[in-house]
Amino acid sequence: MRRVTKLAAAVTATAALALTTAACGNSSSTGSGSSDDKGAAIAYDVGGRGDQSFNDAAYTGLERAKKEFGFKGADQEPSDGEADADKVNRLNELARQGYNPVIGVGFAYAHAVKEAAERNPKTTFGLVDDATVEGDNIVNMVFSEEQGSYLAGVAAAKATESKVVGFVGGVEIPLIKKFEAGFVQGVQDTDKSVKVRRQYLSQPPNFDGFTKPDLGKEAANGQLDANADVIYHAAGLAGQGVIEAVAAKDKWVIGVDSDQYEQKALAKYKDNILTSMTKGVADAVYDLIKNVQEDNVKGGVLRYDLEGDGVALANSNPEFQNMKDIQDAVKKAREGIIAGDIKVNTTP
Amino acid sequence: MKKFDSERLTLAAAGPVLAISVAVLLTSMVLLVTGNNPVEPYVLMIEYAGNIDIQVLIVNQATTYYIAALAVAVGFRMNLFNIGVDGQYRLAAMIAAVVGASVTLPSVLHVLLIMVVAALVGAFWAGIAGILKTSRGVSEVVSTIMLNAIATSVIAYLILPAQLGEAVGNNLTTGQIPESGWFPNFETEGGKIYGFIVIAALLGIAYWVVLNRTRFGFDLRATGASQSAAAASGVDAKRMVLTSMLISGAIAGLAGMPVLLGSSHTYSLDFPAGIGFTGITIALLGRNHPVGIAFGALLIAFLDKASATLDFNGYEKEIATIMQGLIVIAVVVSYEAVRRYGLRRQQQRVGEELAAAAAGNGENTKEASA
Repeated sequence: MRRVTKLAAAVTATAALALTTAACGNSSSTGSGSSDDKGAAIAYDVGGRGDQSFNDAAYTGLERAKKEFGFKGADQEPSDGEADADKVNRLNELARQGYNPVIGVGFAYAHAVKEAAERNPKTTFGLVDDATVEGDNIVNMVFSEEQGSYLAGVAAAKATESKVVGFVGGVEIPLIKKFEAGFVQGVQDTDKSVKVRRQYLSQPPNFDGFTKPDLGKEAANGQLDANADVIYHAAGLAGQGVIEAVAAKDKWVIGVDSDQYEQKALAKYKDNILTSMTKGVADAVYDLIKNVQEDNVKGGVLRYDLEGDGVALANSNPEFQNMKDIQDAVKKAREGIIAGDIKVNTTP
Repeated sequence: MKKFDSERLTLAAAGPVLAISVAVLLTSMVLLVTGNNPVEPYVLMIEYAGNIDIQVLIVNQATTYYIAALAVAVGFRMNLFNIGVDGQYRLAAMIAAVVGASVTLPSVLHVLLIMVVAALVGAFWAGIAGILKTSRGVSEVVSTIMLNAIATSVIAYLILPAQLGEAVGNNLTTGQIPESGWFPNFETEGGKIYGFIVIAALLGIAYWVVLNRTRFGFDLRATGASQSAAAASGVDAKRMVLTSMLISGAIAGLAGMPVLLGSSHTYSLDFPAGIGFTGITIALLGRNHPVGIAFGALLIAFLDKASATLDFNGYEKEIATIMQGLIVIAVVVSYEAVRRYGLRRQQQRVGEELAAAAAGNGENTKEASA
């Protein structure tokens, strides 16, 4: 018994010590000074910063605005297994602290943005990739990924020699299916004889398909073995594996989200990056912040499509610039979509 | 007898307290090494948790965690590692949401139906692992992990608009459950507390009663302690494995219900994931005891929710994640340490008693021979 009490005493003493030190350490800035211009804040969905995809793009937009307007800004990531209430709380907290605008990145924030916007009418809320909730102080930023992907499909159909092209999607969610739908339609409208191989890397809620390059590499190798010679990826960070695999076989790959030909991390493979389907999340986020800063913001849906270059096909690879046949076809398709002559599907 | 109980209680409490203290100390060391204030994050988190709306978030999250941890604990008591709670509750929530959205019933019946469906689906999914184990000897660790992945694919297929789902913008849902299928919540100043917390508490009580006060519970614990000994005393071990897997799965199936019935009212792509794994941590931390699990669930929920404030104050909120990880390691190590200590204590005491008895006997024999 004596030894037990000794042990118990030791344990309680350590615990008490830990608690007391914790309790008397209260010193620095817990109060949040003036909340005049805290600037903008973004809240990420699963994946968060470092996904090399649209979370990072949103951050790029925030960074640019930070530099230009000189505010500190904030960005927050979700925790695993959280429910809507946590997202609502995150947005409320950001608004309460004085951040404006508060931007939810990803459709998962739809409900949360709606609730937080009602509770904080003076704050502007941005919502990327969703237009199902609306409000006077909600700015929905949605993209016509299918249009840009259609152009990627046109380019792929023109560039292929084997008459087999591939599509590698990150996670099988409706958003990525828009990429697939546009790409497949673009290929088939251009050349009916070209076969499209499609593959997704993971299913939600498993988001590995956006983050694990080895999955992308494996999928791309499978398609290359099946004779594909142009592969379009919409897989975020996992897409780097696709690019690597394609470059190893010296075939063409089409990048996504940002102009991957210009990305430093991919410089080694850039000669194989035919083009990229760019999605202007960074610009959209930046524009929203700018408008709020200039007091020039209105709620509503902002659609970023081919017409305003919200989505586009990058033109930085000189070899791609010199492929006159492809350039003409892409240009024609682009004009057709803008004029409304070509309707691009959003589901495959 | 009383004395023995208090000793056991001290030993039981020593494990978690030791583990948490060690985790706090190690986290502080991490903070120090990275050039941060080693105590301020705790202060910030405790202060932040003083807000009533954060408390509501903590309690709600703990409710979900609690049910998941109970599911894991049932298996643990039986020496079964049900790693598949994650897949079980997601599949259960999805199917239950579909059923709930497709019928209209009087309120109580509607909620009951959804719960029963969820429990059945959870039990079914865990039952697959149970049958594999009893009929083919497949380790439940392996099969439940694989069933998690299969559940993910099954859900991804079923939630497509072509099957059972509905597209809402870029999201996929299973349609809204009509209001008769909502579980009433408690309104508080800080927001809604899931009414399902009552069910969670009842589950905890039922867990305790069944394990400690029924023959079934005795058989289960006996089988967990020693399968061969239990078999020798007439317990059908295979049946026990299957039954406890089914019960574990049924409870797991309910883990998604607080969110489904209390707030989301639909299963969508952003339905909370990963709760089953947190449940394992909590069951370990709570030593498979319903009260211990409640504390464990509250602690982990506190770390989850209160850590949000760290981001606002120049700390990384991943500090809380580090701490959760450290708690798991510390729990395993300290429980083992405490267990060994307890064992040594016991041996020593038995030794002392035997020695005393032997000494007494010796005197007796001496007296007798004299």
